[in-house]
Amino acid sequence: MHIPDGYLSPQTYIPLYGIMVPFWGIALKKVKKVLTSDYIPYIAMSAVFSFLIMLFNIPIPGGTTGHAVGAAVIAIILGPWIAVISISIVLLIQTLLFADGGITALGANCFNMAIIMPFASYFVFKLTNQKSHSKLRIKISSFIAGYIGLLLAAISTAIQLGIQPLIAKAEDGTPLYSPYPLSIAVPVMAFEHLLIFSVVEGLVTMIIVSYFLKYEPESIYSLKQNK
Amino acid sequence: MNKFQKKLLYWLFLLSILSPIGILIPNLLNSGDAWGEWDKETVEKMVGFIPKGMENLSSLFKGIFSDYTNIFGEDSPLIIQILSYIISAILGSLVIYILIRLILKFYKNTSEAS
Repeated sequence: MHIPDGYLSPQTYIPLYGIMVPFWGIALKKVKKVLTSDYIPYIAMSAVFSFLIMLFNIPIPGGTTGHAVGAAVIAIILGPWIAVISISIVLLIQTLLFADGGITALGANCFNMAIIMPFASYFVFKLTNQKSHSKLRIKISSFIAGYIGLLLAAISTAIQLGIQPLIAKAEDGTPLYSPYPLSIAVPVMAFEHLLIFSVVEGLVTMIIVSYFLKYEPESIYSLKQNK
Repeated sequence: MNKFQKKLLYWLFLLSILSPIGILIPNLLNSGDAWGEWDKETVEKMVGFIPKGMENLSSLFKGIFSDYTNIFGEDSPLIIQILSYIISAILGSLVIYILIRLILKFYKNTSEAS
């Protein structure tokens, strides 16, 4: 769901950049509290993980592809605000180095994958897990958090793409940017994620959280008592 | 870096080596781009025209590489694309890792100083 340049009109991509600025500012403030030398490697590795997992394209036979993002894992283990920073940096490097995602669309991509997804996943996790320490419940909550987080990011992306024919057209009514309307964009993106991609995200989230549960449960942000 | 973190690093390295799975399986199953990520020529094939705004903006910015598979040039044979993919995975990982560590180190030092 890396929106390329040319799919979003300025009236979409400029405000989305604007929304990102305060989020980036707050995220930087929040990360200050955890800048210990043992924590910093986790933050750096979380970004690398997200970058790598996004390389694993999942195909729909004869159709499109998708991928997991990893934002749910990062939100659960390191907290949503660190996810904002990690994922944003990943998206930045993907754009600059590999033209994966547009530069005008960077704000939008960050909004979808570095804000919607981490926060949605985090809240879903907290909602389903409550204060439980049951490993099974934590794993199930992780799956659901990843599943829903990616789904919401996909829908957010679909909405941004789908409104383009409405808000940016030429005098003859033809779309100036992404040509598919909401009635196509949202169902397509929603279904492919509901059926396949979100399942993968859920599994990835569950597997990684399980790994941390086994070896370093005390470092999981979302399980700490006062959170 | 503690033992667990070193373990994680090994997993990440393994992930980067296995990354070509991300192009091989779609290749096998004849799948194309992600929805909404087509290039403008593909859009033209699908809807019959290139939207004017897309025409203007799509060539605005070129990444250092045009894709993860194109480090050695466009339309490379699959074996080269696989190599390119692994190199992209490792290169991107290194850049991201180093960048974040630098940013956080700088940030940590400036906030300690104040």
